[in-house]
Amino acid sequence: MIGQRGVNGRAGAGLAAVLLAASLGLSACGGAAASGDGTFVVGHSEPDHLVPANTTSSYSFDVLGGLFDNLMTLTRDGRPVPLAAASVDSDDQRHWTIKVKPGQKFHNGEPVTAQSFADAWNNAAYGPNAYAANSYFAYIEGYDALNPEDENAAPREKTLSGLEAVDATTLEVTLTDPFRQFPLLLTYPAFAPMPKAGLADLKAFEEHPIGNGPYMMSGHWERNRQIKLVPFPGYAGPRKPKNKGVTWKSYSGAETAYTDLRAGRIDVLQTIPAAKVPEAKRVLGDRFLSREMSTMDYLGFPVFDERFADPRLRRAISMVIDRKGINKAVYNGTYRPADSLLPSTIPGHRPNACGEACTYDPAKAKKLFDEAGGFAGTLELYFSNSQPTYEQWMRIVANSIRDNLGVQDIRFREVPASEYFSMLRAREEKGPYRQNWEADYPSPQNYLENMWGSEGNRMGWKNEEFDELIAKGNRAADRAAALKHYHAAEDIAIREMPMIPLWTWAGQGGRSERVGNVTITPFSTGLLATEVTVR
Amino acid sequence: MWRYTLRRILQAVPVFFGTTLLIYAMVFALPGDPIQALAGNKPVPDNVLHTLRERYNLNDPLLVQYGKYMWGLLHGDLGENYTGQSVSDMLAGRWPVTARLAVTAWIFELVVGIVLGVWAGLRRGRLADTLVLGGTTLVIAVPVFVLGYTAQLVFGLHWRIFPTAGVDDGWPVSYLLPGIVLGAFGLSYVARLTRTSLAENLRADYVRTAHAKGLRRARVIGRHTLRNSLIPVVTYLGVDFGALMGGAIVTEGIFNLPGIGQQVFQSIQLKEGPVVVGAVTVLVLIFLLVNLLVDLLYGLLDPRIRYE
Repeated sequence: MIGQRGVNGRAGAGLAAVLLAASLGLSACGGAAASGDGTFVVGHSEPDHLVPANTTSSYSFDVLGGLFDNLMTLTRDGRPVPLAAASVDSDDQRHWTIKVKPGQKFHNGEPVTAQSFADAWNNAAYGPNAYAANSYFAYIEGYDALNPEDENAAPREKTLSGLEAVDATTLEVTLTDPFRQFPLLLTYPAFAPMPKAGLADLKAFEEHPIGNGPYMMSGHWERNRQIKLVPFPGYAGPRKPKNKGVTWKSYSGAETAYTDLRAGRIDVLQTIPAAKVPEAKRVLGDRFLSREMSTMDYLGFPVFDERFADPRLRRAISMVIDRKGINKAVYNGTYRPADSLLPSTIPGHRPNACGEACTYDPAKAKKLFDEAGGFAGTLELYFSNSQPTYEQWMRIVANSIRDNLGVQDIRFREVPASEYFSMLRAREEKGPYRQNWEADYPSPQNYLENMWGSEGNRMGWKNEEFDELIAKGNRAADRAAALKHYHAAEDIAIREMPMIPLWTWAGQGGRSERVGNVTITPFSTGLLATEVTVR
Repeated sequence: MWRYTLRRILQAVPVFFGTTLLIYAMVFALPGDPIQALAGNKPVPDNVLHTLRERYNLNDPLLVQYGKYMWGLLHGDLGENYTGQSVSDMLAGRWPVTARLAVTAWIFELVVGIVLGVWAGLRRGRLADTLVLGGTTLVIAVPVFVLGYTAQLVFGLHWRIFPTAGVDDGWPVSYLLPGIVLGAFGLSYVARLTRTSLAENLRADYVRTAHAKGLRRARVIGRHTLRNSLIPVVTYLGVDFGALMGGAIVTEGIFNLPGIGQQVFQSIQLKEGPVVVGAVTVLVLIFLLVNLLVDLLYGLLDPRIRYE
């Protein structure tokens, strides 16, 4: 029997508390979580791949984070610190010397060397392998030779010319351009090392990944069921597990996962469905986990369409969006209204950088709107059908545009999730569209360059000054100088407003009585599984 | 009888090709680009997209794609999904789950449904009859997801009679509650069919004759009435078994059972033609087989039926 501490003193929760007390008391009978062997169970969605560079899915990262030690990792406030590396240094931000800590081992006993990283990255960057995170290696010199422009041509090379394992512990990396954020990029799961055995048989590796991290696989990947990880006895790094293992259990629906959390069949759930949050707060009490996230929603404009070419029009639309009101109405007040193009979790975020452009002010907005010459024709609003909340807030935005700017003809275009990104890629949208970005690594550059840079943005917005400032920031020798350039670039993007920042997401999770010290970072490091203590 | 069986099996061949082509064409016709959808919001270079499309024959016209797929199928290769998992592995992991669920639901339907139906049929117009008719009407009217979530909360979370979800407790424990939820609808049909059919036949002349001959009541009902009353019920149960195999999408979702229904649902969303066709083809074969068995069963139930 598990001792039951008071859930909370509210009388309204009486029945729920009684039921919960009964359920916790009974959870010792049956249920995977109640085994009492020092392991704990986390519910999430099924990963797509377990070869580190072949996925950009956070559910895969959940598992990979325990199986692999990257060269660098992140502190809880998002700063890069060495993990498998002893040091990562550069004088000119272009030529980097990485020292790998000696004495590290893969789970199969193979030593972790500089070559382990070079092999893994070459494999990931090689175009014909078609890895999901292929483009993340474009910073390294020689990437183009592995990914020819002509789609039917065979690559000239098999390895990146910018990678050289000088000896067992020294990796020399040459980048195409100076890039100050490189140590941060190395925290991204795609930059994990691979053992020779894994590269020789990728099919087997997928079923049973061999990493160099604090946990190793216990048995194979049981598809659509679970992945069991147990501590790796040969682990010499700083992330020694404080528990006897973690099981990642797959759920196809968040509702059912939440029910299982309440039934004590799982110990940690990172995301409780929005509709269940008020109840979860009541029922879980101090076991309810609210957490910050680094995912931000935006409203992008097809700037290539003449009707949206005037920045004043775009700012006017931003100023009739009542971010605070939408947050209350749609997200129970848990999200954070945007005050900058970056989430507040990112080091380098400036409070209120967006100023009046992100402040609800219908009168000023109308004035700007009229100065820009108004809007003629049908305003079409695009969003995907993957979340019911998208339509909810889009309707509120549409009503505000109708009431405050006088645009009468507004249509909603709800597009199936499977088509949404193909549509944006082909530039077929005829009006503002919802889009979001989740940090790969916590740097302003990760948001600004990917979402506003001329190379990668979806709006068709081109601003040479902006690109130049980002490049300057990437070249800068010290952090303060880099931030100065990034901030100047951000100011341009706010002035021009090709994409409106809306709000930063927040996560609501929960834990069982059995586990303590549950930390979920807002970055790719996610749940710090090794830190969790089990009763 | 054997000639009849052989003819039915031969008829299945064109049905098999027709259905697979039809399903392949339907998945092919779904809008969207599955490869781009895989990548979601993160940047993917054109050459990677191109390589993946080539790898999965997505640049070919429909008939060429289908032809390549069939060619592989004849060599026993069911193809791969877009993350490189072999379809046969995927289905092999999922069929047992769906089969256990469907069999559990089916047994529940058959046993409880027929018992309730007989009970109501023998007491036509009395309280038992009203109860069964009223109760089954209610079950048919309630959508399966309402029934499923409610049952999960009440019996799984609050009363702890069954596990809330998952397959960790194995068969039968993990499958009882989802089986009952899945079978509830069919059970109602079976009960009503049995009741009506039995009540009809009880008024037939040969039943009166049997009674007049002095046969015991149990024998009259069991041997002379129930047997041929079950013909429509057996027909329904046969068709329903196929439906249980393929139609458990909602139930599998609620109870987090990694079965075929869920796989088909996800694969349709991802436009994974080979997976959908692979799964549905097996379902088609099951349908054909069960229908044949049902037709052969008629002869055992009612000696007046002969096969040509």
